[in-house]
Amino acid sequence: MIQTTEQKNNWYQSNFEMFEKSLNGESNSSTHALRRNAIARFNEMGFPTTKNEEWRFTNIAPIAKTNFKPALSYAANQVALKDIEPFVFHGTHRLVFINGHFSKELSSVSILPKRTFVENLATALKNSPELVGKHLAKYSKYDENAFTALNAAFLKDGAFIYIPDSIVLEQPVHLLYVSAGSEDTVASHPRNLIITGKHSQLSLVESYVCLTEDSYLTNVVTEIVLGEHSVVEHDKLQIESEKAYHVGTIHVYQQGKSNYTSNSISFGGSIARNTITAVLDAEGSECTLNGLSLATHQQLVDNHTTIDHAKPHCNSHELYKSILDGKSKGVFNGKIFVRKDAQKTDAKQTNKTLLLSDEATIDTKPQLEIFADDVKCTHGATVGQLDAEQIFYLRSRGIALTTAKDILTFAFAGDVVARVHIEPLKEQLEALIHARLGEGRQSRDTQ
Amino acid sequence: MLEIKNLHAGVNGNEILNGVNLTVKTGEVHAIMGPNGSGKSTLAQVLAGREAYNVTEGQVLYEGKDLLEMAPEDRAREGLFLAFQYPVEIPGVSNMYFLKAALNSIRKYRGQEEMDAVDFLAFNKQRMKFLEMDQSLLNRPVNEGFSGGEKKRNEIFQMAVLQPKLAILDETDSGLDIDALRIVADGVNKLRSKENAVIVVTHYQRLLNYIIPDFVHVLVDGRIVKSGGKELALELEEKGYDWTKGENEKAVVSA
Repeated sequence: MIQTTEQKNNWYQSNFEMFEKSLNGESNSSTHALRRNAIARFNEMGFPTTKNEEWRFTNIAPIAKTNFKPALSYAANQVALKDIEPFVFHGTHRLVFINGHFSKELSSVSILPKRTFVENLATALKNSPELVGKHLAKYSKYDENAFTALNAAFLKDGAFIYIPDSIVLEQPVHLLYVSAGSEDTVASHPRNLIITGKHSQLSLVESYVCLTEDSYLTNVVTEIVLGEHSVVEHDKLQIESEKAYHVGTIHVYQQGKSNYTSNSISFGGSIARNTITAVLDAEGSECTLNGLSLATHQQLVDNHTTIDHAKPHCNSHELYKSILDGKSKGVFNGKIFVRKDAQKTDAKQTNKTLLLSDEATIDTKPQLEIFADDVKCTHGATVGQLDAEQIFYLRSRGIALTTAKDILTFAFAGDVVARVHIEPLKEQLEALIHARLGEGRQSRDTQ
Repeated sequence: MLEIKNLHAGVNGNEILNGVNLTVKTGEVHAIMGPNGSGKSTLAQVLAGREAYNVTEGQVLYEGKDLLEMAPEDRAREGLFLAFQYPVEIPGVSNMYFLKAALNSIRKYRGQEEMDAVDFLAFNKQRMKFLEMDQSLLNRPVNEGFSGGEKKRNEIFQMAVLQPKLAILDETDSGLDIDALRIVADGVNKLRSKENAVIVVTHYQRLLNYIIPDFVHVLVDGRIVKSGGKELALELEEKGYDWTKGENEKAVVSA
């Protein structure tokens, strides 16, 4: 057992050395010190097992067992614009990454307000090292999480967004991560840093999509820092290959009276783990986390959320829903911390699961830790199946059984989808949900 | 149109229908009356295809076809309609979307062209008007937050949209005030024709003042113990259901 872990660490250590060489003299920078510390920490920790409370319901042994190679480069001609067309939204600033590498050719950023940046992180590290250095890796701690450590060790590129004070960015920013076919089983470790100034506004979409059916690992870390009175709406769509692994970690740090909303829609991969942590570190902030997972076959979709009420008078709302078909498995862990100072906190958490087959399962764990005495905190979790009376009602009006089930399932997903404000994204989600319901039905019919 | 022969049905081994016989012809209105627990609603649900009930014996022919062999949606597509006693709420599905899906699946089955949203709206306007229904009900989720009266009106509205050949109204009068009752009954009367038939299931005679039946049947302990014309309803109202108990015993003895 110990030996396997060591071998595994050797694998990533030797990968790291290979990666280091590919950096060409960049290895004296402060960023590189971060990488070195992170790989050292990863080597100490190794991958988590189900004995680790944070990973109790999600066995990542398949990830630990696979020798993923870092995707060191990308050929510009590998992917054409027409390949990614189905995933593109017009009227957005778009940054495209292929297997974790920035593609200038496929990206498109229109004219930006003064001092505003929407660019790749490698460019920002070169041109704005102070601004980046002030925030990078300050919120996502790699010393406790092996995947964050691995991401920091292989940190090279990703998105960098900076919105100065009082700027409202009209067009949404779309970060599109495409996994394309590769000879090797590769891992990409995109790193995103998003900073919004006081009274600024940003609408952000992250999509993780694939052009391959193969196995790969996407291990992304996103840090978002909200300035006072800023407003960020953040939609994340994740639809990876059914053989692939997705580990997405988002850290949100909120300053006074800022407003952050996340709508996280997961169609999963083989294993998908979405972790989002929001720290409300100044009075009067508001945080809304919504999530929808749709899994089928043998997929596992895990959502871990943490809302940390560090200061008084902050509100948080959370609605996570799962629709599980086939032999899929869902995990929801929702932590809410209310610190001693955080009086007048208003926190509400709701988790609802719809099981479409007898073999699908969910582990749901609301976790409220409250250290203040004048607060309002509620949580509720439900697990159920489609309502037989509703199905009969629809059928009695001439609607076919399968259509009736689809209508009701779609309605279950509807209140999360309705929270997405970007119309083309909403349409894409609706189409994807319909397609996924069809897949689930097929898998049940052939059983 | 409908021929029920010796129908026995129940739930979880408890027999509720105990040999029902009933024939309904095109153009007729039949009222089925009976005390609580006599099996009136069970009969309505069995005819609509509710799977919770097991049919243990008997036969139902609808336009010559074996109704009990048909899936609930196919019964609806063949022109059978049940107005529910307790219409279920369906959050997240708008009334408009639901009805359009229903109408189009029926039209498709009948080889008619599907209707688009614009035509569908125009098609509905007039029907909403005669049921004095507010247009906004179309955009609300199916029955969610509807008052009792609104739910019942919504059932008759669906009937008006789907234009069934055989409509079964299950206690449509319960929970309605006198004004709503009149509106709903007027709606049903407007939909009556020589081509269709209606079965009115009710506990009280009240609704039958507005929807005049051709035949009245009394259901007690899962079988029809007495049949007659519309005057039977008045007699029942006057004498109460206890009056028919003796009739049931007679029926059992003769059976």
